[in-house]
Amino acid sequence: MRRIEVDVNGSRHVRHVDERRLLSDFLRHDLGLRGTKVGCEHGVCGACTVLLDGAAVRSCLLLAVQVDGCRVDTVEGLAGPEGLHPLQEALHRHHGLQCGYCTAGILMTAVEMAGEAGPHSVEEIKQRLSGHICRCTGYAGIVAALSEVVGS
Amino acid sequence: MRRGSVRSYGLHASVKARARASGPSASVEDRGGDRGGTLGRWRRRGTVDYRRMMVTERRAEAPTRPVGLLGQPVRRVEDAALLRGEGWFIDDIDPLPNTYHAAIVRSSVAHARLSGTDISAALEVDGVVGVLTSDDVAALSQPFPSVLDVPVDYRPAAVDVVRYVGEPVAVVVARDRYIAEDAAERVTVDYEPLAVAATVESALAPGAPVLHEAVGSNTLSDRHLRYGDPDGAFTRADLVVRKSFRVPRSTCTPVECFGVVCHWQKSTSSVVAWCNFQGPFTTHAVAAHALGIPASRLRLITPPDSGGSFGTKSSVYPYVVLMALASRRFGVPVRWTEDRVEHLLASSSATERVTEVEAAFSSEGRLLALRLDMIDDVGAYVRAPEPATLYRMHGCLAGAYDVADVDARARVVVTNRCPTGLNRGFGGPQLYLPLERTMAAAAGMLGMDPAELARRNLVPSSSMPYTTATGAVYDSGDYEACLDEALRLAGYSDARRDQGTARAEGRRIGIGLACVVEPSVSNMGYITLSQTPEARAQALPKSGNAEGVTIAMGPHGGVTVRFTTTPQGQGHATVATQVVADVLGVDPALVDVRTDADTAANPWTVSSGNYSSRFAAIGAGAVHVAAGRLAEQLRAIAAPLLGVEASAVELVGGAARVAGEPSRRVSIRRLAGAAHWDPAGLPPGVDAGLATTAYLALPGLDPPSADDRINSSATYGFLVDVAVVEVDPETFAVKILRYVTVHDAGRILNPLLAEGQVHGALAQGLGAALLERHVYDDQGQLLTASFLDYLVPTATELPEPVTAYFESPSPVTPLGAKGLGEGNTMSAPAAIANAVADALGLEDVEVPLTPGRLWSASAS
Amino acid sequence: MKPAPFRYERPSSLEEALRALEEAGDEGRVLAGGQSLVPMLNMRLAAPSVLVDVNAISGLDEIATEGEGEAEGEGEGDRRYLVVGALARQRTLERSALAASCCPVLPECLSVVGHVPTRNRGTVGGSIAHADPAGELPVALLALGGEVEVAGPDGVRRIGADDLFVGFLTTSLGAGEMLVRCRFPARRGAVGSGFAEVAPRHGDFAFAIACASVALDESGRIAGARLALGAVADRPLLVPAAGDVLGGSRGAEPALRAAAAAAQAAVDPADSLHAPAGYRRHLVGVLAGRALRQAVAKASEQLTKGGSR
Ligand SMILES: Cc1cc2nc3c(=O)[nH]c(=O)nc-3n(C[C@H](O)[C@H](O)[C@H](O)COP(=O)(O)OP(=O)(O)OC[C@H]3O[C@@H](n4cnc5c(N)ncnc54)[C@H](O)[C@@H]3O)c2cc1C
Ligand code: FES
Ligand code: FES
Repeated sequence: MRRIEVDVNGSRHVRHVDERRLLSDFLRHDLGLRGTKVGCEHGVCGACTVLLDGAAVRSCLLLAVQVDGCRVDTVEGLAGPEGLHPLQEALHRHHGLQCGYCTAGILMTAVEMAGEAGPHSVEEIKQRLSGHICRCTGYAGIVAALSEVVGS
Repeated sequence: MRRGSVRSYGLHASVKARARASGPSASVEDRGGDRGGTLGRWRRRGTVDYRRMMVTERRAEAPTRPVGLLGQPVRRVEDAALLRGEGWFIDDIDPLPNTYHAAIVRSSVAHARLSGTDISAALEVDGVVGVLTSDDVAALSQPFPSVLDVPVDYRPAAVDVVRYVGEPVAVVVARDRYIAEDAAERVTVDYEPLAVAATVESALAPGAPVLHEAVGSNTLSDRHLRYGDPDGAFTRADLVVRKSFRVPRSTCTPVECFGVVCHWQKSTSSVVAWCNFQGPFTTHAVAAHALGIPASRLRLITPPDSGGSFGTKSSVYPYVVLMALASRRFGVPVRWTEDRVEHLLASSSATERVTEVEAAFSSEGRLLALRLDMIDDVGAYVRAPEPATLYRMHGCLAGAYDVADVDARARVVVTNRCPTGLNRGFGGPQLYLPLERTMAAAAGMLGMDPAELARRNLVPSSSMPYTTATGAVYDSGDYEACLDEALRLAGYSDARRDQGTARAEGRRIGIGLACVVEPSVSNMGYITLSQTPEARAQALPKSGNAEGVTIAMGPHGGVTVRFTTTPQGQGHATVATQVVADVLGVDPALVDVRTDADTAANPWTVSSGNYSSRFAAIGAGAVHVAAGRLAEQLRAIAAPLLGVEASAVELVGGAARVAGEPSRRVSIRRLAGAAHWDPAGLPPGVDAGLATTAYLALPGLDPPSADDRINSSATYGFLVDVAVVEVDPETFAVKILRYVTVHDAGRILNPLLAEGQVHGALAQGLGAALLERHVYDDQGQLLTASFLDYLVPTATELPEPVTAYFESPSPVTPLGAKGLGEGNTMSAPAAIANAVADALGLEDVEVPLTPGRLWSASAS
Repeated sequence: MKPAPFRYERPSSLEEALRALEEAGDEGRVLAGGQSLVPMLNMRLAAPSVLVDVNAISGLDEIATEGEGEAEGEGEGDRRYLVVGALARQRTLERSALAASCCPVLPECLSVVGHVPTRNRGTVGGSIAHADPAGELPVALLALGGEVEVAGPDGVRRIGADDLFVGFLTTSLGAGEMLVRCRFPARRGAVGSGFAEVAPRHGDFAFAIACASVALDESGRIAGARLALGAVADRPLLVPAAGDVLGGSRGAEPALRAAAAAAQAAVDPADSLHAPAGYRRHLVGVLAGRALRQAVAKASEQLTKGGSR
């Protein structure tokens, strides 16, 4: 067990965790932030993607002890008191989610993109999305939503 | 692309559909409650700006005349929670305190006798509660029953013999999953290897290892069915096309895997199980039987959200039984969360089919007769609802074509591979790849354009409703109009011309077509075609298809809807909200649709669940019926208050009002309050309490006839796909240049959701066409057991399809709707295979069309 | 799919890390970006009893150039290197302006290494140390003729790319050694590189990879060419014969075709899951041709721009 101190969505958490505990399990089951999903635990599906100090990463491929002293952002932190994040709004408008299981991960990649110098071309958006598996939508609505917010 | 699709949608398709949908649309109007009809709705769609919220929209635009939500692209009510990460998926809920976690020890070999399992080291691990063994499973469970009356001892874990890699052999129960996995590694299993039958061919070869000794053969069922005079037609034919096909194992593998939480209550010998099951609820009875308890003692609860399924989660139930046994054995609630490797390895797979096709044609290109010899590999056991894949399409074996004479042999074969189950389109890809490839080949041999050959054989709209040789009743549709539209949208004649030019430049462009009849709402009776008519006569006749809905209005006028349609992203709550808001005239924000199923609380039938594209046709239909009954109740309460007959009361804009005199009104909230607070004041004959449950079964569905004909589904949609592809002549990579799909799925209840379903199905169809396949070695080891090796398409691999919709309302469903969520999984592999074969001039191609295979085929 | 237990060390200096590795012996494993190692831990395909997480070591993530005037070992005064710390994230190198100007093939091939979230975390050193035969970076290191700097109990040593990859997922790093820097020869003069691969999907491990580097003399003849292949053997493969065929030529089609044929002759790939052996051999010819063609074209561009090396 190790003591870690993490800032998640702006709140500080101090916990003792087992060294082998995956960040995805830590977020979901220790902090109760179950918006982050797990679809493969080997880095391919992208469902578990969160921001680590601003960069999109797979939380299933990080140990919780590795984020000691870091800032983690998850889907729970996106909507503000005024309502949904523009990317969430856009996904809603473009029917960019069906079961919603891939959505949190995709949102975090999109948030990372929104923080970069844009605009992003449709081709770039597709390439960024290629790190996320969505089995429901065929991606068209997602591409349209992201294009609207981070595209040209 | 979105824009393109909506455009084509709004104009040509609608106009033509309107022009042609004469009979059926009239019958929709007849049923009443359906204001507007096709014509009115198309006009409305042109004027309503659906990018804004519906409620305000309606009020602003049409203060007096109701504008129904049904048919509008209403945005989803499901999204708000899902976008915030507030959905409730199985692994997000902790229904019981003190729940322990399971890890499953699985067979590492495909076929072996279990000669010993040592759990002692596992029991030493701190935090382990116990290990459920094969012996426990044998002692505590019954074999799962099957429609095939064969002595196959299928249990949730192997007993004596393991028959596929990944088959459960023991279950470790521990404080958490990490520890459970530590202990699972310490369970040692001794195997006495047996010979492996890893393919259909090796299972059928002389001297093949027999999987189930008590059966004595790997062929569990073999039926030969003849309709009309196929032999005569083949004698008369000018051309007979013979081809063989293999539709390989693949899986729709959703992003969320299976999850189960089970508790066995000792005092009552009852089980409560939370899991992301999707039905059909026939398998609820199968699970209860295996547990040796009455079905009423197995309470199955699904959480409100499920991370996709596409059929696969129909196979959760063996794990419900397994975890219930573990809970029973160790006296604690047990949770099992499947991981991806487990899912790919051992949960379910689409059914591999080997088909020999013979097609008889006249010289003018009329398809006279079809012979299909179909062998389904169902894996190591036949797990309910299999052999559904083999018979689901039985009514429509000749697809969209008018064929009088059909000969079908249908075999169920076991192999040392994971048991199969439902996968989006089940039965469809297995049928249409052979059928549509055969049509393309025939066109070549007849020197005819494939589109022309299709046209000559499509069931004409004038024949609707059309009864097929095998017993289906195609209820409505104008297939030729869809074909025309698809060809037009694809720029077919230009594409054919450009193809020649490109070829001269060394480019390889191909065009492929697929015409598909898409059935929806299964008639459960089709599975009993696997039995002889004599055997069927001894058993309970089966034609299950019904769905139930409960609707209740609270004292403030809020409406709650409950059903057991177990949605996994299809937007059932949104459509139900549309229906209820329309029928009751209430603000959709007041409608609350509970999507969590609970066999102890919700209405359900054996056919409930989410499969064979049931919702639009029967789920929403049942909501409509239930809401209609509640509306009657409200009208009856309002009538004396308004001083008119109930029949003169209409429910609009949150009020009951006198038709034609909108100012004479009383609010629905007031009526609800009256019903709840003052039952004594209710008019005579009106029940106290504003709640009703309605069940709906669709007409025209009977058990199979004595001559093995069956209307295997309630309603039949149609689609035409046109694919234009380019194959790199050096790397053989396939690029989709254009993909057009034109659907006629009856009345579209929500175009936004319809489009989503089409895109999703197409993505999976294209995955199967180009990437997806489960690969086993000859020892039955699965080589595609991770997402690094099982390749599903991502955003960079998919084209932007052009879509269009005709609406020939179904005369058999309450809302005129048909399913459309599976068609493209049936059409896309065929369309792409036809296009690629055309591009490379190949006679035979196998899906998935990987560059390596295309290189091999071109090189030889 | 959860890792087996391990002891976790998080050294903050290279010395501590080396000490921890030495102590752990065979039981120890470096944890860098974790994008290859953690999947193996989760699947329990690897279960080291000690994990040495090197991410807290500072100074190992810089991207800089070195050489050209700075005396840096014998005989290299005239060579310039792009030096990339082992812990530099793949995404950082992909977006580095320095990399784009010194070794443009690196950003190019990195853009198809997994996906942005894996590259945000995955390290350059980890990719090379992991020595996946289908990894793009090892192939590029080999094509460019780079080298790595390795620290160990006996100090620091350099290993040339030609001697680094010795088998499937195996490098010539010794026990207790750690890769600390990668050195890619920087582009200078009429040098061009090319990269081509065919993968089933964007970001996947490829069926075959070809990466080439070509240098022209003032007259436009090929003074040196290196062609490396990935995914077609147990390790990234250099094809010296391709360089031999091209040397002295002007890189015209017949020479390129001969070099591609030499590449094909040099490989004997096995069937893989999604691609039969014959296809992969065929691809080697196609991709080698494409990579070399690109490299020659870019080198010629440089030649017209401003002279040879
Ligand atoms: C979904 C996905 C797709 C991918 N696709 C590709 C792809 O297309 N092409 C590709 O090349 N890679 C791909 N990868 C792998 C990725 O590039 C990894 O980042 C890389 O292989 C390993 O780097 P790492 O920093 O993550 O190393 P780790 O995973 O931390 O370590 C990998 C191995 O190298 C050792 N190691 C790491 N650093 C050092 C060091 N400094 N000294 C000594 N040993 C060390 C570790 O002990 C371990 O054995 C993919 C990964 C994922 C998850
Ligand atoms: S769960 Fe992390 S990438 Fe799939
Ligand atoms: S919405 Fe279901 S996986 Fe993307």
